[in-house]
Amino acid sequence: MWTTIKRIIRSGFYSFWRNGFVSLSSVLVMVVTLFVIGSTIFSGAILKSTLVEIEKKVDINIYLVRTASEDDIASFKKDLEQLPEVAPPVTYTSRDQALTDFRARHQNDQITLQALDELGSNPFGASLNVNAKNPSQYEGIVSYLGLKGADCRSFESKYPIIDKVNYCQNKNAIDSLTKIITSANRLGFALTIILIIISILITFNTLRLVIYMSRDEISVMRLVGASTGYIRGPFFVAGAVYGFISAIITLILFYPVTLWLGKTTEDFFVGLNVFSYYASNFGQIFLIIVLSGVAIGSISSFLAVRKYLKV
Amino acid sequence: MIYFDKVSKVYPDNSIALEEVSFSIEPKEFVSIVGHSGAGKTTLIKMFLGEETPSDGKIFFESLDIHKLGKKEINNFRRKVGVVFQDFRLLPNKNIYENIAFAMEAAGRTDEDIEADVPHVLDLVDLGKKIWNFPGELSGGEKQRVAIARAIVNQPDVIIADEPTGNLDPLNTYDIVQILKKINDLGTTVILTTHNKGVIDSLAKRVLTMENGKIIRDDKLGKYVI
Repeated sequence: MWTTIKRIIRSGFYSFWRNGFVSLSSVLVMVVTLFVIGSTIFSGAILKSTLVEIEKKVDINIYLVRTASEDDIASFKKDLEQLPEVAPPVTYTSRDQALTDFRARHQNDQITLQALDELGSNPFGASLNVNAKNPSQYEGIVSYLGLKGADCRSFESKYPIIDKVNYCQNKNAIDSLTKIITSANRLGFALTIILIIISILITFNTLRLVIYMSRDEISVMRLVGASTGYIRGPFFVAGAVYGFISAIITLILFYPVTLWLGKTTEDFFVGLNVFSYYASNFGQIFLIIVLSGVAIGSISSFLAVRKYLKV
Repeated sequence: MIYFDKVSKVYPDNSIALEEVSFSIEPKEFVSIVGHSGAGKTTLIKMFLGEETPSDGKIFFESLDIHKLGKKEINNFRRKVGVVFQDFRLLPNKNIYENIAFAMEAAGRTDEDIEADVPHVLDLVDLGKKIWNFPGELSGGEKQRVAIARAIVNQPDVIIADEPTGNLDPLNTYDIVQILKKINDLGTTVILTTHNKGVIDSLAKRVLTMENGKIIRDDKLGKYVI
């Protein structure tokens, strides 16, 4: 048994080495396949981190009446944080903070600042900043607050301390963003699947051609009484070797590619540098690429030999 | 030892390759099968090797009905039969040593056996010096001698030579026939198909003559008569 396995592995390596040109072309085709798979990993990561960044930027502000007491605000904030749709923490901006922020924002606008000074007292109410776990959940949060109607005109809240909610101003933007995010996700997923299927088929066909050239060899092996496993084994091993070498080449290729794209992606998409993503997730990407390479290579060979084994 | 019992082969388009062929071959016999191309020689051999199944009739090797063997048993059976083809059918990506070793590996022989027997059998066919060459570097006669070495290395009960001299010049043909004769003298049954008159006449052994899928003559000390 052990002798057989040893012989199969040795013969697989020999046939890889001696069919140099054929092996080279199979490896190149597989590199393309694995590159597609790797790129989908990267684009998936880019898309995901962009969406997360954008989603983080969507929020609603709840402005409170100026007479609201600290206790009321604290209990309201606690209620909000317990809603399942709300991603804690809910950020509280006090009246003084709002005033300071306003002054900072208008520090070059003397007229506004003068008008503010004329008032003598702080005109701002405190506010709470709420983030939902998912952009589609803002609707639920707002209806909990007692906002009704598409234009947010009617407003009957069980919390009398609410002055107004800026949801309606943001609603349109939030709606279209939600749509874009969902369809981008769906489209990306479909594209990935199609690309992966196409590249696997191409690899499969290339290996089938390689094995087609060996069909006479297979029939000779049959006629000297070699068992199915003994004929198939070396092709299986050679396929796995193709996969492994292609995977290593692909991983090496990704180094300069991600290095080059790193800065661009960081600027263009919000905050993800593909190179640092590659570096920090190298173990995982290595496993995915090598395993898919070996699996595609060996399974394709295994299936392709079947056709010529019927003698 | 080998017994064909009313074997027929009809292809789906109703062309008849073999029609009720019956004959038997004793151990240690040297039998030549002659006939024009298309007479059914190769079909006969393919059936014996289990590459094709007969439409009717049975083929026995000793007590085994060849077409009732399972996958594993057919592999075991094929290891008892050495085959030599007109087009040599060596494995182009393996050197001579590996070509012969492959047949032994397939038969499950140990590494020690392989290391001892391969040079020995190559000496028998006078190719000891080309052991590390690849088939592409050999002449036709040399390739055929490698094929014979591969066929005999597992000490088979039967050697089948399907037009082994078809691609060779007269000198190489003579060599190959002499080697086959030597193998037969050492006690192995040999079945040879050919349409080379000179080969048959020089052998002076049993000859089966085929025509249109039938055996029309069976001569003990045959001559080539068509």
